[in-house]
Amino acid sequence: MIEVQHVTKQYGPITAIQDISFSVKEGEIVAFLGPNGAGKTTTMRLLTGYMPPTEGTLRIAGYDCFESPIQVKQRIGYLPESPPLYLELTVHEYLTFVGRLKGLSSELLTQRKCRVLEQTGLVDVQHRVIGHLSRGYRQRVGIAQAILHDPPVLILDEPTVGLDPNQIIEIRDLIKSLAGTHTIILSTHILSEATALCQRVIIIHQGRIAAIDTPEQLSARLRHSQKLSLTVKQSLPDMEPQLRAIPGVQEVCAAPSSNTFIVEASLDSDIQEDLTQFVVKHGLGLLELKSQSLSLEDVFIRLTHNTPSNKTDKS
Amino acid sequence: MTPVHTLVAKELRCFFVSPIVYVVGAVFLGIFGLLSYWAVVEASNQALRMMQMTDTFAQININDLVFRKVFYNLNLVLMLVLPLLTMRLFAEERKLRTFELLLTSPIGINEIVTAKFLSVVIIYCILLTLTALVPMVLSAYVSFDWHPVFTGYLALLLQGAFMLAIGLVASALTENQIIAAFLSFGVILLLWLLGAFGSTLGDTPIGHVFSYISFIEHYDRLVRGLVHVKDLIYYLSGMALMWFAAHQVVDAHRWN
Ligand SMILES: Nc1ncnc2c1ncn2[C@@H]1O[C@H](COP(=O)(O)OP(=O)(O)O)[C@@H](O)[C@H]1O
Ligand SMILES: [Mg+2]
Repeated sequence: MIEVQHVTKQYGPITAIQDISFSVKEGEIVAFLGPNGAGKTTTMRLLTGYMPPTEGTLRIAGYDCFESPIQVKQRIGYLPESPPLYLELTVHEYLTFVGRLKGLSSELLTQRKCRVLEQTGLVDVQHRVIGHLSRGYRQRVGIAQAILHDPPVLILDEPTVGLDPNQIIEIRDLIKSLAGTHTIILSTHILSEATALCQRVIIIHQGRIAAIDTPEQLSARLRHSQKLSLTVKQSLPDMEPQLRAIPGVQEVCAAPSSNTFIVEASLDSDIQEDLTQFVVKHGLGLLELKSQSLSLEDVFIRLTHNTPSNKTDKS
Repeated sequence: MTPVHTLVAKELRCFFVSPIVYVVGAVFLGIFGLLSYWAVVEASNQALRMMQMTDTFAQININDLVFRKVFYNLNLVLMLVLPLLTMRLFAEERKLRTFELLLTSPIGINEIVTAKFLSVVIIYCILLTLTALVPMVLSAYVSFDWHPVFTGYLALLLQGAFMLAIGLVASALTENQIIAAFLSFGVILLLWLLGAFGSTLGDTPIGHVFSYISFIEHYDRLVRGLVHVKDLIYYLSGMALMWFAAHQVVDAHRWN
């Protein structure tokens, strides 16, 4: 359904994305995962035909995104990073406008509006002016706008950003309900969102694809080490090498001013116990020992630096 | 509904909920009324004086004393208020990021530009129609030649539409509405000054070129009741050029 081949996009001297290739099958949900500035929005804009790539080709349903823009635009629903809303219109007026813009006939438009207002939970506010709605509602209007003409392909740029936890759950449920009948690409910088919603995750880092994998395999690849933060009252002069000598410890790094050390260790070692014993044995005074979750940065470092042998994991 | 219809309808809807149209309309109509009032008062004073001197019923020329004067002065008012109508056209779409919606919908840039232009021209036409009250009321009291009045309105329509087209381009160039307004005001002023400069140069090739590029002499002829094809061509080609420029600017914006 979606075919991206060797795409590069430069903004003047800045290379936003470089040599990106991937494809998405019909009915699949795929996530773009990456930190801010990774190139997610750029890739999506290229897919929508909003702007041309510097190099490479993008195709949706067999149509080139830049050479047959009308055919492509008829087949996609797009939620940009900030929802494109006319603040002076009511929700209803806005959706009527968008529907006509997408070329829906009057009867179909009336029908679709009812359906979409229900799906996005906007029935109660449909006659309110968009400028008076809260952030969460505006985001929903943005999503309603994207799915209004029932396009086979949905491109959602950070659909849950800026929403409160309840709203996030609602939007995720909505996206899940669209799955199967729609091909969906969504972008996010939240690891759990990508793994919860999608069948495949495309990890983008600094304009390049770092990995393409299923959420299961991705977590497996990430699950062979854990990260702990250890704070002691007083440290030894050669604390770092000593810690490293503990079996199972892979990496130690000291925080500059305080007596805090970040310890990475393999998952199968009893590292918490070993560290506690180490501190007690040297009489350092344990203040804190807690496990840290992997940040997205860690994920990228791991995915880009891990050797393939790491892939063999018992899980 | 074609895309252009849809876009124009939305544009007008947005215009009429924003205060700017009412402010521009009130200022424009107010000044039109005042100018006409002064012109009429002055004309009647003149008529009175002539009657006292000659002791006969004086026939004064309403066309020259009222309409021509009003139309000339109105040009200046247009220059000041029309940039306020066009400044939001593209600038706001860019600021609100709604441009992304338009450009990812199955419509062409030409349709977007055409719709934006048509919507301001429609609003301007509504204002012009409202001013027609003045000649209609006057015609109940005095007789005058309707022909220069009609060509004067044609001049106002073409002149205004040309200024709106300039404003359209200015608005496409920036996402700041104030800058867009000043930019179009500046370009219109420049065109005006070019004409003044051209006439000081007189009968030289450069002088002719400047006078042709400026709208002054084209406007003058129409207001005097002379409809020349070359003046119509001037305005229409000017608008076409601006339409094309706006199209290019919007398109170039995507390429970054
Ligand atoms: N219009 C633009 N002009 C210049 N640089 C841009 C533009 N848009 C994005 N970039 C740059 O391209 C890179 C990728 O940006 P973006 O695609 O927005 O990333 P993401 O959506 O993943 O946060 C960033 O380094 C950003 O600074
Ligand atoms: Mg982004």
